[in-house]
Amino acid sequence: MNDESTPRTMEAPSAYVRAVEERAPANVAPAGSKVGTFTDRRAALAETASGLLASRWLALGLAAVTLALPYLNSSTYVIQIAIDALIFIMLAVGLNIVVGYCGLLDLGYAAFFAIGAYVSGLLSTRYGWPLLATIPVVVAAAVIGGLVIGGPTLRLRSDYLAIVTLGFGEIIRITANNLDFTGGPNGLYGIPDFGAFGLRADVALYWITAVIVIVAVLFSSRLGRGRIGRAWRFVREDEDAAEAMGIHTYKVKFAAYIAGAIFGGIAGVLFAAHQTAISPPSFNFLWSALILMAVVLGGMGSVPGVVVGALVISLLPELLRGAENWRYLVFGLLLIVVMIFRPQGLLPSRTGEPRRRGRQSQGGRP
Amino acid sequence: MHHFIQLVVSGLFVGSFYALVALGYSMVYGIIKLLNFAHGDIYMLGAFAGFTVLSVGAGALGGGLIALIAIMIAAMAATGTFGVILERVAYRPLRSAPRLSVLITAVGASFALEYGIAVAFGPNPQVYQIGVTGGTLNIAGARITYAQLAMMAIAVLLMIALDTLVRKTRSGRAMRAIAQDPKACLLMGVNVDRVIARTFFIGSALAGAAGVMAGAYYGKIDFLMGFVIGLKAFTAAVIGGIGNLRGAVLGAVVLGLLESFAVAYLGSEWRDVFAFGFLILFLTVRPTGLLGERVTERV
Repeated sequence: MNDESTPRTMEAPSAYVRAVEERAPANVAPAGSKVGTFTDRRAALAETASGLLASRWLALGLAAVTLALPYLNSSTYVIQIAIDALIFIMLAVGLNIVVGYCGLLDLGYAAFFAIGAYVSGLLSTRYGWPLLATIPVVVAAAVIGGLVIGGPTLRLRSDYLAIVTLGFGEIIRITANNLDFTGGPNGLYGIPDFGAFGLRADVALYWITAVIVIVAVLFSSRLGRGRIGRAWRFVREDEDAAEAMGIHTYKVKFAAYIAGAIFGGIAGVLFAAHQTAISPPSFNFLWSALILMAVVLGGMGSVPGVVVGALVISLLPELLRGAENWRYLVFGLLLIVVMIFRPQGLLPSRTGEPRRRGRQSQGGRP
Repeated sequence: MHHFIQLVVSGLFVGSFYALVALGYSMVYGIIKLLNFAHGDIYMLGAFAGFTVLSVGAGALGGGLIALIAIMIAAMAATGTFGVILERVAYRPLRSAPRLSVLITAVGASFALEYGIAVAFGPNPQVYQIGVTGGTLNIAGARITYAQLAMMAIAVLLMIALDTLVRKTRSGRAMRAIAQDPKACLLMGVNVDRVIARTFFIGSALAGAAGVMAGAYYGKIDFLMGFVIGLKAFTAAVIGGIGNLRGAVLGAVVLGLLESFAVAYLGSEWRDVFAFGFLILFLTVRPTGLLGERVTERV
């Protein structure tokens, strides 16, 4: 989604920075050993790869393939898996706003997912609302949930947010389990979809999901590059410095948290429509942890990375059926290993500032 | 009135479990400012370590309280060692990394531990073979079993031992010093790494002891049993003022009592909702906890 045509020289750091970086290893390297070249080439390779991945054409191509999938293969199985993967991408991109952009660890993200699914499920099954009409209510409910949790905890250190959101996830799940109104442990069933529009029902749902998710991915990517996105990154890197520079950190963190909540809520609507039945165990901590895993693995703050991470996490189980517990054990170990050896994720984001300078200096290029 | 005292007794009993786990949470947080998400799972590991000892050496140990104490010591050694390994492998390499990385690592450790146990022992609940039955005691109309009383006594003894260790010994002084300023401690010749490892050992051992007690008392253990208790222990630590050890015990007792009354009036299915809702409410009103001091962020 980045301007691919920009020459590479424009994206590289300034000559001074490069000179310092190249000289730094020379000070400690023993005489006669090669200096700098290896790491340099590797960095360049990584940058090229992430540039390619972030390119507008790849994104467009992916979106086109996504939309054309029913023409390529319209077996029920493929459509099912694809809808699952798309919903998972939506969740990962939403969590990326909170964790990746703003650096707030949300361990109860499934709570918003549950709020979305339950609100739309209740309105459509009990009151006969069309599913599309429930979306505004879902957004409102997600915002209220975000206000209740974010209000007290975003003022505190980020550690508190992590564990309070963990508790919030449990509160929502247990409440849904205990109330008769929400169907108790059996949950809700018979949730309608958006309508078939003369197509096969699952294909119609697939297209609606695909359009919503593509718009969401695009939206979150642009959100991250705008003014608020820069504020988020600043808060993530150094909250005190951000505050000193006049950023209202509380408001900015709140904005990230609420945005994440809305994404989660809408993903919940899609999930309800896709599953047609929802029950409390669908929204346990495992979900929150898997979404976090996708974000961390792909690269926090990098939308293309997160999309790839979400695809890996959601499609891997299809390949590894029957080894449930092993899989989660590996996921847990992978989180530790990634954090120790590659904390920026597999496909990290690049900082946006040099790119902006490049675009300005080129003036009228398309 | 009888009912009231019964609620107080059961609240104190549950509170003593929470306290043992909350102490480890609070110790680790006090010293290296890390929320050890895996702490609840170390409690679970303790229960499973005890279970292993029990199924291997059940005949030799016999039943009763002596066997329980022997199993508890074995489990404490196992979880303590595991805590040290965890710190060395997962947390020490990240000590200078951003806080978010460490938190995510801790989540990963928790996840790996839960599903590692699920792979090793199977996902179904295991039955603890030790029957700590015995007579019951009537205290002003409230019933309490001798087993409960014994466990509470053990918990209180462990807490007193920890308090003495932290306040009176050389190694406790090193811990308190590191909590104030790790860099200055390093300059003064304190072996910071070793003291942090020791802290993890003690905290994890306490959680392991609580795990064995829970297994013996409830009679059933499973690989997810540490999740909720980890959250509860955190709640207790926050109520008391995180980083403050006496506060953690106070918070655990307060939480145990509150839960006991909430269960009586709202029903047991709302127990966890009540506890976490209380946590959120408490954080809005008094985020530093009952005994905590105001912490200023240093740049």
